[in-house]
Amino acid sequence: MSIFIDKSTRIIVQGFTGKIGSFHAQDMINYGSNVVGGTTPGKGGQKHLDRPVFNTVKEAVEQAGAEASIVFVPPAYAADSIMEAAEAGIKYCVAITDGIPTQDMMKVKIFLSRFPKEKRMVLTGPNCAGTISPGKSMLGIMPGHIYIPGIVGIVGRSGTLGYEAADQMKRLGIGISTSVGIGGDPINGSSHRDIFEKFEQDPETKVVLMIGEIGGPQEVEAGLFAKEHMSKPVVAYIAGLTAPKGRRMGHAGAIISSSGESAAEKVEMLKELGVTIAPTPSAMGETVAQVLAKL
Amino acid sequence: MDIHEYQAKQLLAEYGVKIAEGGLAYSPEDAVQRSREIGGHVWVVKAQIHSGARGKAGGIKVCKTHDEVRAAADALLGKRLVTHQTGPAGKQCLRLYVEAGTEIAKELYFSLLIDRARERIVMVGSAQGGMEIEELAETNPDAIKKIYIEPAVGLQDFQAREMAFALGVEVDQIQHAVKLIQGCYRAMRDLDANMVEINPLVITGHGELVALDAKMGFDDNALFRRQNISELRDKTQEDPREMAAADRGLSYVGLDGDIGCMINGAGLAMATMDMIKLAGGEPANFLDVGGGASPERTEKAFRMVLADKNVKAMLVNIFAGINRCDWIAEGVVQAVKNIDMKVPLVVRLSGTNVEQGRKIIEDSGLPIITADTLAEAADKAVQARNQVVAAQG
Repeated sequence: MSIFIDKSTRIIVQGFTGKIGSFHAQDMINYGSNVVGGTTPGKGGQKHLDRPVFNTVKEAVEQAGAEASIVFVPPAYAADSIMEAAEAGIKYCVAITDGIPTQDMMKVKIFLSRFPKEKRMVLTGPNCAGTISPGKSMLGIMPGHIYIPGIVGIVGRSGTLGYEAADQMKRLGIGISTSVGIGGDPINGSSHRDIFEKFEQDPETKVVLMIGEIGGPQEVEAGLFAKEHMSKPVVAYIAGLTAPKGRRMGHAGAIISSSGESAAEKVEMLKELGVTIAPTPSAMGETVAQVLAKL
Repeated sequence: MDIHEYQAKQLLAEYGVKIAEGGLAYSPEDAVQRSREIGGHVWVVKAQIHSGARGKAGGIKVCKTHDEVRAAADALLGKRLVTHQTGPAGKQCLRLYVEAGTEIAKELYFSLLIDRARERIVMVGSAQGGMEIEELAETNPDAIKKIYIEPAVGLQDFQAREMAFALGVEVDQIQHAVKLIQGCYRAMRDLDANMVEINPLVITGHGELVALDAKMGFDDNALFRRQNISELRDKTQEDPREMAAADRGLSYVGLDGDIGCMINGAGLAMATMDMIKLAGGEPANFLDVGGGASPERTEKAFRMVLADKNVKAMLVNIFAGINRCDWIAEGVVQAVKNIDMKVPLVVRLSGTNVEQGRKIIEDSGLPIITADTLAEAADKAVQARNQVVAAQG
């Protein structure tokens, strides 16, 4: 078992018939993901990419047995789409959309927390590349071919930096159990810590690589969790050594606004918590390899 | 997005926050006109720049005559003020706010921020106002009161009262303080602000609570639905390169180094800059060209990086996922040909169709240095930069 998705997971695409939604839906289908349809309000009853279009997520759950969804809806409507998925009984949702207002995400988080834990939808993203369990299923926009199946779990904020890590590992023959993008926004569905919890429970994952960056407290919170609750070794790289304070580095959440949020401070705190640090971004693969060699 | 003090005060005043009487001035004559309209015997002439700590930088002048107002305005207008928030280049003062002097009995601190760990708005207050909250957090953390606001129901009066008591407001002023605190909260919520700071919030000699300074910042992602706020943007306060980049859908941050960068993805961009630093160089900029790096977009990005005259070498690092390296390579070759580049260029491509991409660059006959890995790319960029510097003597 990988985390969140496998070969049989029934996936729908929210924002199915739009240009971006269509492109990535086709890419996921080509990868082998079990895409059973999608939603576009007002286009229910039509067929798109040989699959049914539904007006609502509820219909997709009832009629196509949808379990997971991926959101390509524009930022102004994305929070609404995520809440619709949660209410309809979707178990796992990836929000790709970049640019969702922070206060909308605060509402989404409160909305999700109303559900009892066993019925609560897990959200990863927004502003992420999605999740892939190589060889099984891809619920995202990443280039699937750079990931080979294996035993390393990856969690990271950035898309392309995650690709870089996967590529370094592929060159070293190291495979990945699941790679999860949690996104670059200040308030996101799941934190590094939340994903650590899943990897700790996943028998396929033996080592976890966290790719963090400047801004916010999540990397250090995950480090604390790893120290107290994890048996599996954790490797981390934190991007943004050269980022000046108070400047937003591309991602809405990548800004050093208070103490403890710089890359150097996070690295120091993670080291103290027993996390193995990849000293440079080009050493992510090697560092994982060294940790794997000690298993 | 940041706005000016006078704009924040006008917004907050609409939500019931008490401010001193004041007006905007673009010239010394305007400023005197404002002080005459306001009347009284003391005025404060305040430089409107997007930065805190203006007082220390000489941007706030207390005046006792209209002639002093004129002289203060004359001295401030057009001046570049440097604070620890502006960077060494400072920010130019093109607008002044002239305000009636306020008799201060006590200075307090009050702000509303988004707490990323708790994912909610937090109210922060201290009876010790005037100094910056970071400073207070270090020297006297116990003097800071924090109250978290439940997003589903919003700020409750009992919480505002608790804050008012913590601020040390007199009993007969508590209702007034609650109104002010609720006003700030409603402004934050209704306008999609990500921070409201009143520092200092003062108790006047007459026992009134007045916002002596005000600062608001807004969520860029929400500006699409806050047209009245986006209209407050003052482009003179922003880095012209960053503005130009944003207008072209690129994300650019200017830095002090001399190795220009063009990368796809914010995380990979930060990582590449780290790599440059570790190789002994300094990045000139952060630039994320995003997912669809078409030849046109690539050329725009090149022009943007090279517009910085400090740049002595340039590094392109693209991980092609949905993009293909051959498309990117064609874009790079086209950009180099169109621009007539004077500085050495290092290109590292990775991902889909990487072999074809490299071949296009090699076959172009252009003096482009290629690299296989991130580390190699950074090393070669630093070497190229060092050669340029050595050649220049």
